[in-house]
Amino acid sequence: MIVISKFIIGYLVLQGALLSLIAAFGVLRLPDAYTRNHAASKSATLGVISILLGVFLYFLIIEGQTNSRIILGIIFVFLTSPVAGHLISRAAYNKGVPLWKGSVQDDLKHHREKTNQKAKG
Amino acid sequence: MKTNDVILQTVTKIVLFIIVLFSIYLFFAGHNTPGGGFVGGLMASGAIVLLLLAFDVKTVLNILPINYINLAGVGLFIAVGFGAGSFLVGEPFLSHAFDYFELPLLGKTELTTATIFDLGVYLVVIGVTMTIIQTIGETE
Repeated sequence: MIVISKFIIGYLVLQGALLSLIAAFGVLRLPDAYTRNHAASKSATLGVISILLGVFLYFLIIEGQTNSRIILGIIFVFLTSPVAGHLISRAAYNKGVPLWKGSVQDDLKHHREKTNQKAKG
Repeated sequence: MKTNDVILQTVTKIVLFIIVLFSIYLFFAGHNTPGGGFVGGLMASGAIVLLLLAFDVKTVLNILPINYINLAGVGLFIAVGFGAGSFLVGEPFLSHAFDYFELPLLGKTELTTATIFDLGVYLVVIGVTMTIIQTIGETE
C-alpha cells in the first residue's frame, strides 16, 4: 500500500515538474504574446496542481496528517491562474500587441469594429 | 472604451472568501505554527486590495465603510491597553497569562492574553497598509 502510493506520489510530482518544463519551453519557443500566454497559463496551472496534489498525498499517506491548506491552495490556483492569463492577454490586446503573422482569424477585431460603428452612427 | 470586468469580478467574489478565511486562520495559528498578526493583517489587506482592483473605490467604501487611520489607532490602543492591563494584577508591563477552558463547540482550548496583543498588531497592519494604498491611489 505504502509502496504503491509512493509510486503514485512520485508520478504526480514528476508530471507536475515535466508540465512546468513544457510550459517554460512554450514561453521560449512560441511566436507571439497570446500563444505564449496560452502555454504558460495552461500547463503551469496543471503542473502546479499536480505537484501540490503529490505533496498533499505524501503528507496524508506517509506522514499521516491531513493538510487542508494544500487543498485550499489547489482550489485557489485552479481558480485564479486562468483568470490571470485572461487578464494579461486582454490587456495585451487592448494595448494593440500584434498577432503572429501566420494567424488567420481575429474575431474580436471584427466585433470591435462593429460595436464602434454602432456607437458612432 | 468601457471595459467588461465580469470574469475578474466574479472570481474576486469567490476568491475573497478563501483569502479572508486564510488570513483569520493565520492570525489564530500564530501561537504554535507559522503565522501571526503581521502576516494575517497583510493578507487581509491583500484581500481588500483585490476588491479595489476588481471594483472601484466608491463601491469598496460602500461595502467596507472603514476609516483606516482610525482602525490603526484602535489597534494601537488595544496593544497598549493589553500591556497596561497587566499593571492591574501587579505584573510587569506586557506580561501575559494563559489557561485552559472548556468551550461549547471547540472543547478544551488554550486561551492566552497574547492573542489580544496580536489582534492589535493585526488591526494596525491592515490600517497602515490600506491608508498607504488609498493615499497613493487617490492622488491622480
